[in-house]
Amino acid sequence: MAETKVQHERPLSPHLQIYRLTLTMMMSVAHRATGAVLYVGTLLFVWWLIAVATGPNAYAGVQWFMGSPIGILILFGYTWALIHHMLGGLRHLIWDAGYGFGPVEREWLARATVVGSVGLTIVLWAVGYLLIGGGR
Amino acid sequence: MSMRTPLRQVRGLGSARSGTEHFWHQRLTAMANIPLTIGFVVVVASLMGRNHAAVVQILGSPLVAVLMLLFILSATVHMRIGMQVIIEDYVRDEVAKFTMLIANTFFAVVVALASAFAILKLSFGV
Repeated sequence: MAETKVQHERPLSPHLQIYRLTLTMMMSVAHRATGAVLYVGTLLFVWWLIAVATGPNAYAGVQWFMGSPIGILILFGYTWALIHHMLGGLRHLIWDAGYGFGPVEREWLARATVVGSVGLTIVLWAVGYLLIGGGR
Repeated sequence: MSMRTPLRQVRGLGSARSGTEHFWHQRLTAMANIPLTIGFVVVVASLMGRNHAAVVQILGSPLVAVLMLLFILSATVHMRIGMQVIIEDYVRDEVAKFTMLIANTFFAVVVALASAFAILKLSFGV
């Protein structure tokens, strides 16, 4: 990477606070925000996996945390962020293919991302926990 | 007016023939992450409330272990590129930027290796 020498202060492009909030814009921000949260949240995932691999005593600590109301909220929130980011990414892939830029389509895609992320997260938890898992 | 062509100024700073590598890897891992993420969430949800022995057995079973390893590989590559974009967008100080870019790579590698090691240990039952 080459370091560029700035000769004089260049004007900056206007940032978020300049614009009127729109749904597509909020989805763009949410995509980056969920990405960053997921990044940090991998530490929870590592903690959980290492604890399982270490043994029953280490796992008991994780299980206590994940089973607490805050733990359940974090875990459900994390999977929601994951699904939201996944659907946001799917939207990007659609755009990469050259579709979905129209005024109707992009609004529709933004709404589908919100509704779909909540819906799909609930469905996946229902399938995982109620049909296959410990909640049977 | 200088007689020097613009080419003179960019020599050594231009394309290293890898300009679109990150763009493509981000899309490639994004596509892989779609089925892997769905599988991952179902696995995590199905492990909730189970005791240690059951979790070890399920996470260590070949099908689940391979799914988890693929997800770990694809997700850590994806998140490293994603965080690099965020850092390059917001951090203007060169020293801070390079420090964070290095830390970003270290973080992604540690997360990948630690979680892959845990899965392999469970799977090989040592």
